[in-house]
Amino acid sequence: MKYNKFVFILLIYLSIFMNAYSIEPEIFVQSTVNRASKVLSQDLTKEKKIEKLKIIAEETVDIRGIGFYTLGGARKNLNDVDKKKYAKLFKKYFLKSFSSRLAEYTNPEIDVQNKKILNENYTIVNSVLKETNERPEIKIDWRIYTKNPKNPLIRDLIIEGLSLARTQKEEFASILSSNNGDINSLFKTLENFSKN
Amino acid sequence: MLKRFVIIIFTTLALSSNVVAGTDGELILKKNKPSEIKDCSEKFNRATFAFNQVLDGAIFKPVATVYRKLPSPLRSGVGNSIDNLSNLITIPNNILQGDFAKAGVNTGRLVLNTTVGIFGIFDVAQQLGLDEYEKEDFGQSFARHGIGPGCYIVLPVLGPSTVRDTIGSVVNFTGGDAWYNITVKNDTQYFSEIDYYSSKVTSGVDFRAKNFNAIENLEKNSLDFYASVKSLYLQDRQQKILNTKKIIETQDDSDWEEIENK
Repeated sequence: MKYNKFVFILLIYLSIFMNAYSIEPEIFVQSTVNRASKVLSQDLTKEKKIEKLKIIAEETVDIRGIGFYTLGGARKNLNDVDKKKYAKLFKKYFLKSFSSRLAEYTNPEIDVQNKKILNENYTIVNSVLKETNERPEIKIDWRIYTKNPKNPLIRDLIIEGLSLARTQKEEFASILSSNNGDINSLFKTLENFSKN
Repeated sequence: MLKRFVIIIFTTLALSSNVVAGTDGELILKKNKPSEIKDCSEKFNRATFAFNQVLDGAIFKPVATVYRKLPSPLRSGVGNSIDNLSNLITIPNNILQGDFAKAGVNTGRLVLNTTVGIFGIFDVAQQLGLDEYEKEDFGQSFARHGIGPGCYIVLPVLGPSTVRDTIGSVVNFTGGDAWYNITVKNDTQYFSEIDYYSSKVTSGVDFRAKNFNAIENLEKNSLDFYASVKSLYLQDRQQKILNTKKIIETQDDSDWEEIENK
């Protein structure tokens, strides 16, 4: 009886403890957006902003996972050395591309509006990038990987229904198909992008 | 000749709608999945794409740059009147897709905005609570009736398309677009060809200006700009055909399972 009581209390304690440290996907998105907005609204050089945005991206995006996802079927033919090389090159490419895209915006206002739990691994968080004089309102959906509730990660951005991960995957497939599936051609393209 | 063409189109539509009487969203989704659409003449398409980029740099981009400097109310007035004109294609397509309620709403929008909204400059209908406007075209109607997209093609000046969507555009010039009929095809006292062509050019400039930063950003950060534009176009068409704002399957989870288990 005493033992049962102890287990019961322990379970309650654990569940409270676990919940206390899990992050709701919509809160995760809003806080990520707030962090990025803060950087973008600061009086910093573009280069400094890019450096800060890269840190945010490294902490909140599943860069390695997206890299291998966007490689499509070609990842099955990679040996361990190539996999390592690709992961490194993709990370460099992604951080540069992601941060320089974001750095173009000054003080973007994003409102998180809703969420839809797809399954225990994924939640879609709906948000809106507010209209400005230069562009209309833009709907942005975030595909959040929630397998580890304490450390949710962004796996895709869906802008007005268009998936960035899917676009990237098709872009990589096109580079590979134009070069007879030679992975080195993709490596070279990624290298060149990061250098320039 | 025109009569024959229209008969062929309607026969095809009728046949396909019978054949796919049991068609559901999933089949349409599958048929229009970007990865399933072949780029049959990629070399030719890439050449046309390069030509369009030169044209964009020489004409559309500079004009859009100036257009963006116009006061915001003026630009939204232009955008509204272009949208209002496009109702003339949207309404018949609402009917072709069996969406009679939307056809009614869009007819209301057209009447209100053309009259009270002064030739569509003001979107009075939106303020009166009518549904948000969504464009429809003949390519979308063909797709709803089960016609597959065919190959991906890039048209000179007009940009990305598919065989089905191109045929859909041809319908506009063969009686499907009332605006074309009263400006170019028939000699009316009130409108002339210049009205039609200037509305089309303005529509292109308005689109370019609205997406100015997005296009520049995409071009700058793409490894293969042609492939990115193709992917985005085909994803967008898939969404429009299904008339959904829901997120269509964006990632294959089996891919992720394989990545995670390694």
